[in-house]
Amino acid sequence: MNSNHAENVNENLMEVSLLNKIINLLKVIFVKAGVLPWFLIIAVIFLSSATDTFFTESNLTTVARQSTYLVLAAMAQMVVLLTRGLDLSIGTMFAMSSVTTSMTMVALAAGGGSPTFAITMGCLAGMATCAIIGMFNGSIIAIFDVPPFVMTLATSSIVAGLAFYVTGGTPVYGMPEGFSNFFGYGKVFGISVPVCITVLIIIGMYILINWTRLGRYFYAIGGNPKAAELSGINTKRVIFFTYVLAGLITGVATLLLTARLESGESNIGVEYPLMSIAACAIGGVSIFGGIGKLSGVVLGAIFIILVQNGMNLLQLNSYLQMVAIGILLILAVVADNYRLKLLLTMNE
Amino acid sequence: MSAQLKHRVVETAVEELTIPIKSAPYNKDNVMKAVDNSVLLRVENISKKFPGTLALDNVSLDINRGEVHVLFGENGAGKSTLIQIIAGVHRPTKGKIFLDGQEVELHTVHQARNLGISAVFQEFSIIPQLTVGENLFLGSEMTKGPLLDKTKLRDRANETLERLGFPLDPNKQVMYLSRAEQQMVEIAKAFRTKPLIVILDEPTASLTERETDQLFSKIEELKAEGIGIIYITHRINEIQRIGDRVTVLRDGKLVSTIPVKEANEEKLVELMTGRIIDQIFPNIQAKPDKALLNIESLTLQNDVLQDVSMEIRGGEVVGIAGLVGSGKSQVGRAVFGLENIASGKIDFCGDTVYSSKRHINYLKPRVMLDRGMYYLPSDRREEGLMMVQNVRENVSLASLGLKTFSYNWFLRRGSEKKTVKDISKKLDLNPPNIERHVEHFSGGNQQKALVGKALVRDVKLFIFDEPTVGVDVGARMLIYKFIGELCEEGAGVILISSDLPEILNLAHRAYVMHRGVLQAELPKEQLSEKNILKFFFEKEECA
Repeated sequence: MNSNHAENVNENLMEVSLLNKIINLLKVIFVKAGVLPWFLIIAVIFLSSATDTFFTESNLTTVARQSTYLVLAAMAQMVVLLTRGLDLSIGTMFAMSSVTTSMTMVALAAGGGSPTFAITMGCLAGMATCAIIGMFNGSIIAIFDVPPFVMTLATSSIVAGLAFYVTGGTPVYGMPEGFSNFFGYGKVFGISVPVCITVLIIIGMYILINWTRLGRYFYAIGGNPKAAELSGINTKRVIFFTYVLAGLITGVATLLLTARLESGESNIGVEYPLMSIAACAIGGVSIFGGIGKLSGVVLGAIFIILVQNGMNLLQLNSYLQMVAIGILLILAVVADNYRLKLLLTMNE
Repeated sequence: MSAQLKHRVVETAVEELTIPIKSAPYNKDNVMKAVDNSVLLRVENISKKFPGTLALDNVSLDINRGEVHVLFGENGAGKSTLIQIIAGVHRPTKGKIFLDGQEVELHTVHQARNLGISAVFQEFSIIPQLTVGENLFLGSEMTKGPLLDKTKLRDRANETLERLGFPLDPNKQVMYLSRAEQQMVEIAKAFRTKPLIVILDEPTASLTERETDQLFSKIEELKAEGIGIIYITHRINEIQRIGDRVTVLRDGKLVSTIPVKEANEEKLVELMTGRIIDQIFPNIQAKPDKALLNIESLTLQNDVLQDVSMEIRGGEVVGIAGLVGSGKSQVGRAVFGLENIASGKIDFCGDTVYSSKRHINYLKPRVMLDRGMYYLPSDRREEGLMMVQNVRENVSLASLGLKTFSYNWFLRRGSEKKTVKDISKKLDLNPPNIERHVEHFSGGNQQKALVGKALVRDVKLFIFDEPTVGVDVGARMLIYKFIGELCEEGAGVILISSDLPEILNLAHRAYVMHRGVLQAELPKEQLSEKNILKFFFEKEECA
């Protein structure tokens, strides 16, 4: 009787300590890996069980393709955020370069040029548009010290105005079919072209950010602009470059989206400035510069698209989807702050 | 301050306090007897763990009424952590705190302040855009109905400043004040609420001699009111001037608490470092080589420097001494390309890098770094280090273009890791983890990282701007040792410093600055405290 009782107590103790161990292990994983993996796992498990359609090959392929635009936009936003900047003009870059791309292609195709030539020139025009907008942002922010928030807000007004003025607000049709067939719907080795291109750019960005001097300078300027300057870094030139780079990445995203839509649209991209910032924030990029990983940003963007896709499958009202995304953003940042606190108090 | 005013201050103070003090005129001995000597604050077996370190290990401490209790120790010894726990910034991992015999749990700075614990940290907590008065009453503004009672606020601010004897205008915006005046605002803020315990973390770091004297006489008066004061300093003479007891911490442990009377310099240093130190300053051999840097009648656009000429050779340490605002720092900044020059000529290594006559200007950090000059800024937080990044990235930052760290545009991270690890070993970085974020290191170790930045590249001329501000003896000796080695290997060293012993013991030659004008050049034989001070104050007294 007595020994039995003791055993019981022992068992209880064992259970408690095992539970504690598991909780501690989970805590460690949480602190080490961050909030995002948990969010992703929970979302996947929940959506897989709540719908039959979520965890199917065709749906996941769709999610991958849909997320390319936001992944690119978020990476563009990330380079700017790293140097204590901000780019609110990403959205209107989508609109403007979609318009220039399509108008160039339509004009050249109508003039009897070969489709390949028209497509090449159209893509170049689109990329150049974004590069020029990036240069405009970067030069004025770097040279005249205009706060990035104000500058890019002003730019987005200017660019949106121009895009609507040029098109009169109507879509531009008549691009060569090859453009959409390849960049929008094409497949290479069974993987859709937008996904391939995005993966290539992610790899390029990973190398740039982690393995080049320029990438290190992004973090240095965000960490302490004064110290960076005293260390011989041309901070103005680097800041200028981040906006141009953001423009170029956005340019690629625009080409992919325009190809998918099969028309040039002056009203696309409105959601991207905020969505890209949200993806960065969820991915652990500091709004105050100097902190953030590329992997976090990519996962952050994928997570947002994943949740949107899931909510569509659950046939949730699209306005309520906006509410849900907002709540998730707040939750992510709150949880991340809690993680940092835990990191400081945790007994290693 | 006149004796009359002092008298009045003490009397009002007496009225306001619950502890009656009979002897009105201030006298240290009288007060010591009059004040109840019981324990005001007791810290019992406090431990604090941070990731990777045990910052405090079972520390117990008493603060008596009317006592100045000095905390002394190297950077990283746990002083800052201890006062942050007492001020409610951090929660202890283990241990208890008793205030006036009652156990308290301190959750926030605000709560600690309401209980009567006020802290003046090294990092200012004042808001530059607000006025002095608004800053003093921030968080407890007087109101008339729903509106601010600005008249009352101004009057109360005036009252507080007058009680403390600080000559400040309560209506002035804090950003227009000097650093020393801002420090006064910070101190006034702590004393506004008539606290029981005041924590002062190196309050004299940015004060001149005279302001320091003023502060000390205030501290004496506050002691008389029965306030307990926790005082952190690295300056041993300050301990002897105002301390009653001193507690020495080392590696998070309490080494010993002794009355100041028993604490002389050797004893304190021995307790702090755990070893007997015969010499803080190394003996540096001078082998003056050819001229490295030649400055001819340098004048800045803002007139902070006027017609300054200097010459620095390889193989010697040249000191630049002067008060705060004398322009001594600007000499170093100007030749590195951080100031706007109006006129003059600067030669470096035989090349003219600046000439107003010939319109030559190569002065830019990048260019000067590549030519072999390195400037170590005095403010490591503001200008020196990226606090949110690790030691490795900080140390390599100024040298990423070198073969050691990159191949064309691509980083060689393996080589970077190895090089920085070697440097950190040489610098005795503690803890020796180069992947740790700089902000988690103590001040002395942050300073080592700053010095490390200069050591990973080939430098002909080092400009050290206040290299040992807020740095403990251990880290200081190490920095001095490096200065000595660099000089003996043939590099030129400019040592800009407000710390006179530093100049006297290390420099082979010194320039003395006063209000932007070069006052004197003193060779080694003439380097004495008296000689330097003569040029510090001469003009100020005439003015």
